[in-house]
Amino acid sequence: MSLAQSIGLRAKRPSFVPAVLALLGVPLLLTACGEDGTQRAAQVQVFAAASLTEAFAELADVFELANPGQEVRLNLAGSSRLSTQILEGGPADVFASADRPNMDLVDQAGSLLGPQVVFATNRLEIAVPPGNPGQVSGLADFANASLLIGLCAEAVPCGALAAQALAASSVEPAVDTYEADVKALLTKITADELDAGLVYATDVLAADGAVAGIEINFDQATSYPVAVLENGSNPTGGRLFVAFLLSEAGQEILKRHGFGGPGL
Amino acid sequence: MSQHAGTKPGTAKSRTARRRTRRMPPLVILLPAVLGALLFAVPLVGLLGRAPWRQLPTLITSDLVVESIRLSMITSLAAAAISVILGVPLAWVLSRVNFPAKALVRALVTLPMVLPPVVGGAALLFALGRRGIVGQPIYEGTGFLLPFSTWGVIVANTFVAMPFLVITVEGALNNADRRPEHAAATLGASRLAVFTRITIPAISPSLIAGLVLAWARALGEFGATVTFAGNLQGRTQTLPLAVFVALETDRDTAVAISLVLVAISLSVLILLRDRWWSR
Repeated sequence: MSLAQSIGLRAKRPSFVPAVLALLGVPLLLTACGEDGTQRAAQVQVFAAASLTEAFAELADVFELANPGQEVRLNLAGSSRLSTQILEGGPADVFASADRPNMDLVDQAGSLLGPQVVFATNRLEIAVPPGNPGQVSGLADFANASLLIGLCAEAVPCGALAAQALAASSVEPAVDTYEADVKALLTKITADELDAGLVYATDVLAADGAVAGIEINFDQATSYPVAVLENGSNPTGGRLFVAFLLSEAGQEILKRHGFGGPGL
Repeated sequence: MSQHAGTKPGTAKSRTARRRTRRMPPLVILLPAVLGALLFAVPLVGLLGRAPWRQLPTLITSDLVVESIRLSMITSLAAAAISVILGVPLAWVLSRVNFPAKALVRALVTLPMVLPPVVGGAALLFALGRRGIVGQPIYEGTGFLLPFSTWGVIVANTFVAMPFLVITVEGALNNADRRPEHAAATLGASRLAVFTRITIPAISPSLIAGLVLAWARALGEFGATVTFAGNLQGRTQTLPLAVFVALETDRDTAVAISLVLVAISLSVLILLRDRWWSR
């Protein structure tokens, strides 16, 4: 009563039944409109690591052009979140992880229809806001408590890799936030609210000038495995997508987005 | 409250109670009611079913969980307190003062209730971050930074929680009997005295209800906090953030933390409901 009044809703003697029917009618109508427009394409549900956002958007477009009747739906998040979703029965046809451990989790649960294949590699870089307000020059600066430092949470591949990189340089980082995935971290650096963070080289490239990259002295790369899953309803589409990913055309797109080849 | 409730309302209550037990409610009402209740009960059962009962004591006494409980308590109680300090006057102004842009202000106050919390968090970051319109002058003048600090969590919590208090209190003010206020004013009480001595005591049940709603909303707050204040154990990682992180790596811990949250929220809501909300 008071809530409705306070936000200014004052209906006089509302006719309840028609109102509820109208409420129900709208979603039904919208669903119907969405469905009978054209013949439905088969959907390929692709669960992909957040760092693949830009590359997979382009890959999906080109794949759909080459395979009429197949429509790619991307679910982008941290690899660990995706593997959790898949283990809980998420309807993925394809899983593209940013590291092996998360793919192995899904593999051990028996969810893979085929072998896991590495399709790309990536390495870390320091990302700083344009102009480098914290005057960061290397990993050693991550120990500076007066700087605002962000990392990926250790559950996600970029966080695990970052921990390795910092340990390899024996740097004890003064971290201010552990972000849920690499794109969330990148957003805070882009907004100039963090002085530095460790992200993938491809993310710096994708940010297109919104952050500056600083190369680090740590050449260990992370491997991106992909596999077709039994969770989804379109394994044919899944196989087609993975084949495209590994084809010359697919590899060319990944390369343009800064990914290393699988042979590394 | 107790003085007005004499013997008569008591007998009326028992009479309705008797009638309630005698007659079965109509099925068209009972069926959706049961379905509605199930919608809330089933997820809880799911959570309980996944609970690692044996390891529970060790899990909920781990550093991670203890620190996030402590932080959640500090930030949600602080947010509830700030909501009262700022929200009660705001509700009073909205209820008792006429000014031109009132409808707009009222809509603005309720906006966080409909806004996705992540959007609210991003908005806070762009306004109060070190490059924000308000945050930048503060940062350059004092070096003080809200994001990535416990204060930032409190601000994010207050942002999403205060509307619940303002709306509850304003509703009570609108429906309150004005005659005691007028009488006090006639007898020479200042407007401030009327507010503190007459108005506030009269609406105190609603004020407490609003306070509990605001606190509960603050306790469960996730999206605005993680976007504005980040995620760091001991500083900004509240219980909901700890669940979010643990869900990916350590599901037993995630379920254990969730149970702690459910236990705290349920016990407070049940206790307070019996005391203040039952009519």
